Amino acid sequence: MAGGVVRIASGQGFWGDWLEAPARQVEGGPIDFLMMDYLAEVTMSILQKQKSRDPNLGYAHDFVESMERILPLAIERGVRITANAGGVNPRACAHAVADAARRLGLSGKVRIGIVSGDDLLERLDQLTEQGHALANLDTGRPLSDIRDRVVSANAYFGAAPLVEALHRDANVVITGRVTDTGLTLAPLIHAFGWRPDAWDVLAAGTVAGHVIECGAQCSGGNCLIDWQSIPDLANVGYPIVEASPDGTFAVTKHPGTGGRITVASVTEQLVYELGDPRAYITPDCVADFTTIRLEQAGPDRVRCSGIRGRPATDKLKVSVAYFYGYKAVGTLVYAWPDAYQKAEAADRVLRERLARLGLRFEALHTEFVGADSTHGRLALRGLDVSALPEVQLRIGVRARERASVERFTREIAPLVLNGPPSVTGFAGGRPKVEEIVAYWPALIDKRVATPCIETLDV
Amino acid sequence: MRVRLADIAHARSGDKGDTANVGLIARDPAQYPVLVEQVTAARVAEHFAGIITGLVERYELPNLHALNFLLHGALDGGGTISLKTDAQGKVFSTALLRMEIDVPNG
Repeated sequence: MAGGVVRIASGQGFWGDWLEAPARQVEGGPIDFLMMDYLAEVTMSILQKQKSRDPNLGYAHDFVESMERILPLAIERGVRITANAGGVNPRACAHAVADAARRLGLSGKVRIGIVSGDDLLERLDQLTEQGHALANLDTGRPLSDIRDRVVSANAYFGAAPLVEALHRDANVVITGRVTDTGLTLAPLIHAFGWRPDAWDVLAAGTVAGHVIECGAQCSGGNCLIDWQSIPDLANVGYPIVEASPDGTFAVTKHPGTGGRITVASVTEQLVYELGDPRAYITPDCVADFTTIRLEQAGPDRVRCSGIRGRPATDKLKVSVAYFYGYKAVGTLVYAWPDAYQKAEAADRVLRERLARLGLRFEALHTEFVGADSTHGRLALRGLDVSALPEVQLRIGVRARERASVERFTREIAPLVLNGPPSVTGFAGGRPKVEEIVAYWPALIDKRVATPCIETLDV
Repeated sequence: MRVRLADIAHARSGDKGDTANVGLIARDPAQYPVLVEQVTAARVAEHFAGIITGLVERYELPNLHALNFLLHGALDGGGTISLKTDAQGKVFSTALLRMEIDVPNG
């Protein structure tokens, strides 16, 4: 932590992100902390299903593999790790990491912090009986609408429990559902001793977290502006925040890596998944994105300052996952000439057959990939569709009952021989019927969802 | 002069449930007032008519020379429910960049 500056590196922007990134961050230059984000809403329900089959599962196993690779060097260099890889079973995740650390000969050198208590599944009925409605934030509907179909329910904790684990000298902090931004904010609170009501610096640390929580998405990945001139994406550098005690920070990356960090690339990430910019609400504070000042402070270096925050609310967000129904998507590829018209004709034929079978769907959605699947009718304006060399017909259906979706999946392949001509690309066979788990966003009083912090010495 | 937003702005989008957000950023800060004046919530709603089912909200970030749009009912239910290729609204941003506006000459 030279010169009072704390360096936090982003090692994973989502579960499924680049396996090389964490090692590159630890090996590529000096850092103090490595933050790794694994949890999306969809992830929690998948992990809950895994845990219900095997009580030792329910966490992001990629994280354990990552730790096997980087832990020796991280421990040697004093790099501490914050990760929400614990999913719905942070203790099991911690024990798996502990086993890996022992195999690596790190006994006596590793303390794992475990943050749990976010899992409300077993407490749902008790909470609603106590008057916590957990009404849907978007629709206002009561939880009773879906109570019998709930798969998982987790509150989002902020930075506080991670800070406590870091105060207890954990080298690796493994959490369940905490906010992505908390993984970055916590090391800053821990290192700088920021007070729980120092809203401006808490907001600054939250903004820093937002900038790096999606990995390379602020350092040249998925960056639209001047994308063709962004150098060496094969070797892209994941972002690093260099923060000062006053809450100002720079966004940068290791020397010699690819990608690009500019005011424009950071701005693209700042607006990603943004709602009201004046009220970016987390459990830690309410950050005002209209106060952020950015300046280019050197090559691949953007300085952020001026950030203001307001007091945190007394609520936590809760994400309830519940079984919704079924869906399936089928595709076929049509070739020139008249590829688009053939795909359109096939869509009409299929819809007529589905109607004659009396199948009912909540939704039946057609896209012509290669023409309108991303921009809809906006893409067709002024487009000569008959010139398209090929078009993929993509049809999806959704229903509450499995049977109609199942029957739909058997109506795609026949089109190859009994529908419009010049069709291919069906080698995958029948489309798969997928179960849909949907999300029910809600709020709960902070005082009823309290985190549990433990440590495990290896 | 008539220009496409793609020529004077860049953008990124993401999702929150059935809502897509589109952040629209002026390439040249001097063009930001033109975006504020012309790319109104009403014009964006008109641009996406038939593609989204809900309202459009607009927020201003003058410090970043950016506007943030919330497009409600954009994702066929969103997330896991949606049947759309772009269920997470990842490329809604580029659909907005097709819009044409008038910018002062010079």
